[in-house]
Amino acid sequence: MKRKQKSYRLVAGLFLYLLLAVQSVSAQTDIDGIMMAKNNFCSGLMYSHSSWSNYWEGTLKRNNANLGTVSSSMLAWMGNYGVSDKLNVLFGLPYISNKASAGTLHGMKGLQDLSLWVKWMPLEKEWGSQTFSLYAIGGVSLPVSDYTPDLLPMSIGLRSKTISLRAMADYQLGSWFATASATYVIRDKVTLDRELYYTTQLHSSNEVAMPDASSINVRAGYRTGRMIAEAIWSNWRTLGGFDMTRNNMPFVSNRMNASMLGLNIKYNLKAVSGLSLIANGGVTLSGRNMGQASSIGGGVFYIIDFSPKKKTKADQAKK
Amino acid sequence: MKKITAYISLCLMAIVLYSCSKAVSNATDDAPMLAPAKTDIDAGAWKPILLTGPTEFPVAAPAAVNSTGYIAELNEIKGYQQHITPEQQAAIRYWGAGGVLRWNEIMRELVSKYNLPPYQNADGTYPFPSAANPFAYPLFPFANPPYSARAYAYISAAQYDALVAAWYYKKQYNRPAPSKTDAAIKSLLPASDLPSYPSEDAVLAGVTAEMMKLLFPGEIAYIQQKAEEQMLAKIRAGMATRSDVEAGEALGRLVAQKFTARARADRAGAAAGTQTDWTAFETQTVARGEIPWISQETPKRPPMLPLFGKVRPFLFDEATTVALRPGPPPSTGSEQMKKETAEIYDLVNHPTAERTRITHFWADGVATPTPPGHWGAIADADFIGQRFSEVRWARNMALLNMAMMDAAIVCWDTKFAYFNPRPSQMNPAIKTLTGLPNFPSYISGHSTFSGAAATILGYIVPGRANAYTAMAQEASVSRMYGGIHYRSDCEVGLVTGKKVGEYAVTRAKTDGAD
Repeated sequence: MKRKQKSYRLVAGLFLYLLLAVQSVSAQTDIDGIMMAKNNFCSGLMYSHSSWSNYWEGTLKRNNANLGTVSSSMLAWMGNYGVSDKLNVLFGLPYISNKASAGTLHGMKGLQDLSLWVKWMPLEKEWGSQTFSLYAIGGVSLPVSDYTPDLLPMSIGLRSKTISLRAMADYQLGSWFATASATYVIRDKVTLDRELYYTTQLHSSNEVAMPDASSINVRAGYRTGRMIAEAIWSNWRTLGGFDMTRNNMPFVSNRMNASMLGLNIKYNLKAVSGLSLIANGGVTLSGRNMGQASSIGGGVFYIIDFSPKKKTKADQAKK
Repeated sequence: MKKITAYISLCLMAIVLYSCSKAVSNATDDAPMLAPAKTDIDAGAWKPILLTGPTEFPVAAPAAVNSTGYIAELNEIKGYQQHITPEQQAAIRYWGAGGVLRWNEIMRELVSKYNLPPYQNADGTYPFPSAANPFAYPLFPFANPPYSARAYAYISAAQYDALVAAWYYKKQYNRPAPSKTDAAIKSLLPASDLPSYPSEDAVLAGVTAEMMKLLFPGEIAYIQQKAEEQMLAKIRAGMATRSDVEAGEALGRLVAQKFTARARADRAGAAAGTQTDWTAFETQTVARGEIPWISQETPKRPPMLPLFGKVRPFLFDEATTVALRPGPPPSTGSEQMKKETAEIYDLVNHPTAERTRITHFWADGVATPTPPGHWGAIADADFIGQRFSEVRWARNMALLNMAMMDAAIVCWDTKFAYFNPRPSQMNPAIKTLTGLPNFPSYISGHSTFSGAAATILGYIVPGRANAYTAMAQEASVSRMYGGIHYRSDCEVGLVTGKKVGEYAVTRAKTDGAD
């Protein structure tokens, strides 16, 4: 029964906190073991703030008095529609604003990348108080404004069109659960405004080949119809790319890696059915060519039922 | 219904997947094989830059083409041509596009690799790279814009002089290319009537490998490999024999040594200055009643090569450097300065997509070939279509790169004569949209480089003159869009650069090539 909850929660846009590599927002439920019920549309806004003072220049951890603390604020509009109980379509669209507390570099802001996801649950087995389910998830992201990726860490994103392919498993025992997923991210080449750039060699082109990336996400905690509280560990790896050289600026095709630990809490309000609040936070445990970001965020979401037959208040109260 | 939706989604993803591409090619990967429109057989009479004449370093007469020694050399080529691997074929095609072109590209690569400001010491001072120990951090050199402008100029000028000498002996000894002597030898690159002794490719390899000892001592080994690849590729391709190459390399190295000797005495080695110099700029500016430039970096970094203005130019003498120095910028206390600062404040706070594009296109900051390298790439792209001979290509690059080195000298002389602050120092609320260079504002380096480059390039390729002028103006104004220069820095920089460029045009008109 847990699967049928009109639950909605956020993954804390984990990759967003990768800061040096602001990835496309992981829209709410593309990475958790919960499906929206058929004809239900959940949408809301998520705000988060993250910042770092230390970063990894290649593998060397350092600070930079000419950047101070680099902070990023994100306001994202997200949504999830239940095409069926086993098939959901999701989207996310973040607006991002970056700035540095020291140095002379101007902050940058703008709409980043639109992400669209299809989430399919081909298998769900229940026995006793246990439930096991498998998911296949695919997503695309594409930049929706003319931001430049060529002034990292101030740039709001990497501007690469991506395709994500994810396999995920979820296990629930009573009110306790664990979810694990693995994702492969195919990244399209990026176009810069200049025609000469150096990686480990000089390129006379305005196009940059982007290495693909992979991620693993493990989350576990307490989950009922009313609330969810979970801990999240994630690991993002760039499959290739190069290290920043000494005292160089970051570049879009750097080998950006990070592992992060986060907490996420979602609560469905009793007073207003369909309304939920979300709070989350996270820290970066280790990284490479990235900032050691910490983040905190919150959001509010509301579910609208587009079922042809209107449900009564009594129906909704049962959930 | 669900399944259909799932299938459609999967198909859509497959399509997007297919359209994703990893392949990125360089602009000159498929450059045509160099087939010069004319051999410039009389280039031995062109005016060299440093050499007293084309025979300053004599080249011995080659063995006759019917000698046993020469026949053995032909057999070496035939041996290579029995079996050429794809890798060897790739090297032949790479160098076949043009030796001057490829060495220019390699130079831009080295500059990009070394164009990184050193990280500070624990006590807040900054280390300086040491030519004596190029592999220790900070790597030698810090290939910043003045250093690079000078490096490009020396390489190109030395290549030109060495090729003038080579062309002199080519005409004198008139040894035909191997494939003309022996029909069994295939010419794997476009054949021409240019005599092959001494080999122009080997001249270029020798010059550049020798100059590396001074300019990029940490890259001698890398450049030596490239040089050997170039020389062997030309032997394999049937374009030169072993003795053509050996004579060419030796000539190239001798000419390079003359340029190296000049470089060691041109005052660039002392351009970093000392604390006494840095303090003097500040106190002298205050004494004139002006606000002095202050480094905006933390910790404060000494200004970049403040004595570079005293370096010996190629196209004129030191007195002319000072004579070319423009009048002062608007006083830091003036209404004009207030107005110009306000203009930059407004620009950085209202960026447009087009202005951002222009800022980034011309940024040429850390880890790039710098503005002189950018202009070199622009020139090479156009020269490919001109089908210049190697000696003419080298001559044109020498004119361009000497103009930009001398532009750097005049620009740096001006910057440190006036030592005036950047917009973000005058108004700390101004945040920049590109990296802020660590030296005084007036006059803009980009503008001076670009004014000089557009002027000489417009002479070399007249059909593109208007385009070069437009590019120079865009490069110039990009520095205002980026928030790092006032309008007067850019406008006066362009005018000053043009004046430097005119010296290159004057030389071009009298060097015998046109």
